[in-house]
Formats: sequence, structure tokens, C-alpha cells
Amino acid sequence: MSTRAPTDLPRLVDVGLIPALNLLTALVISGLVIWVLGEDPFEAMSLMVSGAFGYGEAISYTLYYTTNFIFTGLAVSFAYRCGLFNIGGEGQAVLGGIGILIAALLFKDLPGLLLIPLCIIFGAALGALWAAIPAWLLAKRGSHIVITTIMFNFIAAAFLSYLLVGPLRRAGAQSTESEDIVSAAQLMPLHDVFAFLGMAEGPANMAFVIALLLCLFYGVFMNRTKWGYELRVVGQNPAAARFGGISANRGIMIAMILSGAMAGLMGLNEVLGVQHRLVTNFTSGFGFVGIAVAFMGRHNPIGIILAALLFGALYQGGAEMAFEMPAITRDLVVMIQGLVILFAGALEHMYRPALNRIFANPKKIEAAR
Amino acid sequence: MKKSILIAAALSLMTWGSGAALATSEPVLIYDLGGKFDKSFNEAAYSGAERYRIETGNTYKDFEPTNEAQMEQALKRFARKGAPLVLAIGIAYQTPLEKVAPEFPDVHFTAVDANINLPNVQSVSFREDEGSYLVGMIAAMKSESGSIGFIGGMDIPLIRKFGAGYTQGARSVNPDIKIMENFVGATPTAWNDPIRGGELARSQFARGVDVIYSAAGPTGLGVIQAAKEAQQYAIGVDSNQNHIAPGTVLTSMVKRVDVVVYESMLAASDGTWAPGNAVRGLAEDGVDYAVDEHNAALITDEMTARVEEAKRMIIAGEITLGE
Repeated sequence: MSTRAPTDLPRLVDVGLIPALNLLTALVISGLVIWVLGEDPFEAMSLMVSGAFGYGEAISYTLYYTTNFIFTGLAVSFAYRCGLFNIGGEGQAVLGGIGILIAALLFKDLPGLLLIPLCIIFGAALGALWAAIPAWLLAKRGSHIVITTIMFNFIAAAFLSYLLVGPLRRAGAQSTESEDIVSAAQLMPLHDVFAFLGMAEGPANMAFVIALLLCLFYGVFMNRTKWGYELRVVGQNPAAARFGGISANRGIMIAMILSGAMAGLMGLNEVLGVQHRLVTNFTSGFGFVGIAVAFMGRHNPIGIILAALLFGALYQGGAEMAFEMPAITRDLVVMIQGLVILFAGALEHMYRPALNRIFANPKKIEAAR
Repeated sequence: MKKSILIAAALSLMTWGSGAALATSEPVLIYDLGGKFDKSFNEAAYSGAERYRIETGNTYKDFEPTNEAQMEQALKRFARKGAPLVLAIGIAYQTPLEKVAPEFPDVHFTAVDANINLPNVQSVSFREDEGSYLVGMIAAMKSESGSIGFIGGMDIPLIRKFGAGYTQGARSVNPDIKIMENFVGATPTAWNDPIRGGELARSQFARGVDVIYSAAGPTGLGVIQAAKEAQQYAIGVDSNQNHIAPGTVLTSMVKRVDVVVYESMLAASDGTWAPGNAVRGLAEDGVDYAVDEHNAALITDEMTARVEEAKRMIIAGEITLGE
């Protein structure tokens, strides 16, 4: 896999110890900052953990954030495995949300079993469309995908704002939000589905299950299908792909369409699952966090789920901390999240040389020489 | 549902002794997404709460949400902990409050800018158009070029209301006045972009505008800065911003969010808090134009007389706003 650095480390150290050490470093530094601010860092950290997993509703909120991050993380990974850096998850999620809402309003008389799949199709289609345009521009004109996808975020935000001030505005409302969707379109909350487990009430809903299924789809598609194979070859070496008879342009289009569809489906969680309406800024930067999730998860389906869970816990636990501790503002919570991204993502290999010396197999090193 | 609550409570007691079970007797103030220190709308709420804290010696809690989902979460959380009063600042709380308030009939909620009819909610909104009408008149009387500007933050109905009142007020003074209108953006960052606010202001000044009214939160600080550099006038919003650049800030359209927060907290502590749906305009001192030592020299007696006359007529219902 191109994304993994060459390693002589035992697999358990590679996938377990290194991320744990990185996370620990980030938390220690966060703790220092909290201490400087005059709060007890141990209490803060225990609030963070208990706030994320300590009681039923907290778990539900953690899973709700996790759901968003799985969708946007998958979106980034689909594109990245084809060598494309899709930073437009935010905009694609906006368009997906619009598609989902339009389907939910247009077909509101249909029963839920038909209505929800229609919403999924509309959301995925609009998200895919929003990613397909930059992909087409890259394939035909060579426009840089990072630039175009970022720009498309702004167009999407402006479009959403226009819709919510104009055609989709809730009658008589001063705030920018749409009409409520019918109850048939609403996704079942997990505490109803798993009532027999005694799950506490909260925002987590069936979109979480859909997100997990999409992770399965991602794994199968990438590793078991011809399209997934082609896409990875294009990502690793476009010239070799062309030589082997694989169309790079087709790979780009497929990767971006799937990527946009994943981001678009984030709207399922927000629109059909939690808010039951479309509000401005419902994406709240989840599209950007998806980049960190995908890279921390090393573009592996299980990894993405775990990384999404970590960020979900940071979001929910961080909110809990801000609720409880007056000196801790939301900016500090963002800082802690940033430190985790810095150490677990950007400085991922910081401890690797040292660990290499400790754990490396001397025979392998000999062989490498 | 009862069972799940029991289990949640048991879980929270078992692990860490989480704060969820602790009770609080302090009022709680929850800001809008713009954040506490925006020198404008949210900060007005903060200064009202601070006034309550200093004058009564009682404390309060506050919270800044980072996304929409946290609004509902925060309302529920503080309500469950038994806060006597939860104040929600901003129109975005309309829908979350309609959902949460009925679940906690014993908790009092005060909503600013929203409009909710529930037995345990006091909602207060403002006639921003009335205050904007008056500053529109001042702008038109002060303008020598015959063209004035309006810079809105995010293009939402509430901000259009500011613009509409301003336009109507200016036209009442000079029917031929040219009014240039710009919005900063389509995302919530529009409230927090003084650089772009300054750019829009400079471009309006370059096209002959000599007074600009900005209804854009902290973005308006950029407008005031640009006005100062161009030696033109700016009009502040929400809080009294006259002191930011004396001689440049012609006046401010103040929206007394601070008074609402202060009065509501005070009423909750002495037991006189009452639900209801109130709209505060000029008559209720909910909005006004600000004159203080920083701008007294800019407002002539003749201007004051005309504006006060219009104010009287609006209160008396002789001028109707908004068509």
C-alpha cells in the first residue's frame, strides 16, 4: 500500500503502539495547556472520557458525530486511493443534504420504505454531481483537484444559503431553515432500534448503520473488484495504468463520483436523522475533519471507523468539558483536536525511528543492507 | 424510555461519577454560534449577564456551542441539571427550543430573537427595523453625496429586516437617495470577516457613498476601520459602538439584548419571571440610536429634532414600517 511507510516493526506495534503513543503525546500537551489555564488536567481528561462514553446519552452523541466522520472519511479515502485529494467533502455534503431534503419534500406522500431509499439516491446523486464536475475538469482540462474542490465548497455554501433564504425557506420563519420533513422520512433513532439493549435516548440513528455498511462496501470495492483495482493502479502510477490499458480519466471519474456520493450521504445523519430539516451550516466543518479521519485511519475501512470514533469522542467529550469547566472554551477544545491531528496525523512517524531500534528484527535489517 | 433514563443514570453514577447528576442553581446563558466576544450581539448578552453578576453577586454559567447539534444538546443538558433559567441567544434556537422546552416543564427558558409560545418560555424579539429606520434618517441627513451604503453579514431574513428599515428611514428624509447594499457572504464566517467588511466598505466609498450602516457583527469592525481611513462615516450595530472610533461612528443602532438578559436573570432570581412572547421596539426601549460623548458633535440639533419626531410617530403608530 502506497500510504504506509516501509516498516520492519511487528504489526501490533505498527497499528497499535504507534497511534497510542501519538495520542498520548497529544493528550499530555493538552493537559499542560489546561494546567496553565488553571484547571485540573486530570479532571479535564476524565471529563472528556466520561463525557464521551460515560453515560447513555453521551455514547449516543459520540456515535452521532462518529457517523458524520465515517461518511466524510470514506469520501476522502475513495478519492485518495486514486491519488486524488478531495477537499470538497464539505460542499459535497451540502449538496447531498439539499438532495435529501428535496426528495423528502417531493415524495412526502410515499411510505418510508420507498421514501428513504429515494432520499439516499438523491443525496448520493447530488453529492456525486458536485464531485464529478471538478473530476471532469481535471480529466479534460487538467485543473488542479484541490483548488477546484475547495472552490466548490464556497459555491455550495452560497447555493444552500440562497435556497434557505428563498425557495426552501420555512414559511414565516426568520431563521434560515427549511420545512420539517415528514415522519416517514425520518431515520429511526438507535435507542428505538436497540431498545432491548436499554440504549439511552440521543441523536444517534440508523445513519450509523448505513455508514458501517458503506465501510464494508468500501473495503469490498477497493480490494475485491476490478474497478477498485483499476482505481488503485491509477492512484499509484498513472503511467503504468495507461500502459496496462486502464483509462486514468475513467478512474478519476469513478473515484470522485463515489467520493462525492459518500460525502453527500452525510446529510442522512443530519437531515433525516437528527435535525429533521435543513439548516445553514449543517456541515459544521465535518467535511474537513474527514480528511484527518481518512489519513489517521490509513484509508482502511476498520481504521476509518476507529478514527471516526476517536474524533466523535473528542467532539462529544470536548463539549462536555466546555459544559463543565468555565476556563475551557470551545477554542481550547478545537486546540486539543488539532493536537491530536498534529501528532496522530502529521507527525505520525515521529516515534518510528526509535521504535525501529527497539523492535526491529536484526535479520531483516541485515537483509536490507 | 423511563428504563433507558434509569440505565443512563446508573451508568453515569458508576463511571467517574460524571457531572450529569450534579444539580446547578445558577442561570445558564447559551450563546449563538458567533461566539461570546463578538463586540456586538453575543457580547451584549454577555454584558447583561455580567451586570447581573456584579450587581447581585450571584453567579451564572455560560456556554458557546460549536455546531447546530450542540444547541439542542446544551439546552437539554442544562435543563436536566435543574438550571432555574436557561437563556438562549439567537434565532437559531427557535426550533431546538420548541422541541426541548416541552420536555422540561419545570425549567424556565428565555429566548432572544426567537418567537415561541410555550408555558415555560419567555421569548423576546426586537423591532430592528424601527431602530434601523432612525439611523437611516441620520445617515441620509448626514450624507453630502446623496448616496449611502448598507453592509449586511449573512444574507438571512433577519438582516434583510435591518436593511429594509434603514432604506425606508433614509427615503423618508430624501426620496432620491441612492442606497448601495452588499452582503458579506453566505456562510456564518460572514459574521467574522472584518477584512472583507473593510473591502466592501472601501468599494462603496469609492463609488461615492459617505455613510455606511453595517449589520454584520464583528465584520462591522472592518467597516468602521475603513470609514476611519477614508474619513467617512460608519454606523454601528447591536452594542453601542460609538466609542470604537469617535468622530467616525456616526451613531449605533443599539439592540438591548443586555437588558433582556439582565432583567430575565434578575426576575428568575426574585421569582417574578413570567413566560410570554414580547416584541421590543422603540416604545419598549428595545432598540434605539445611541448618542453619547463620542458622537454628540456629529449629530446636530436639527437632526436630533427630526429623528425624535419620527421616533414619536413610530411609537404612536403614525409611521408604519415594512411593506
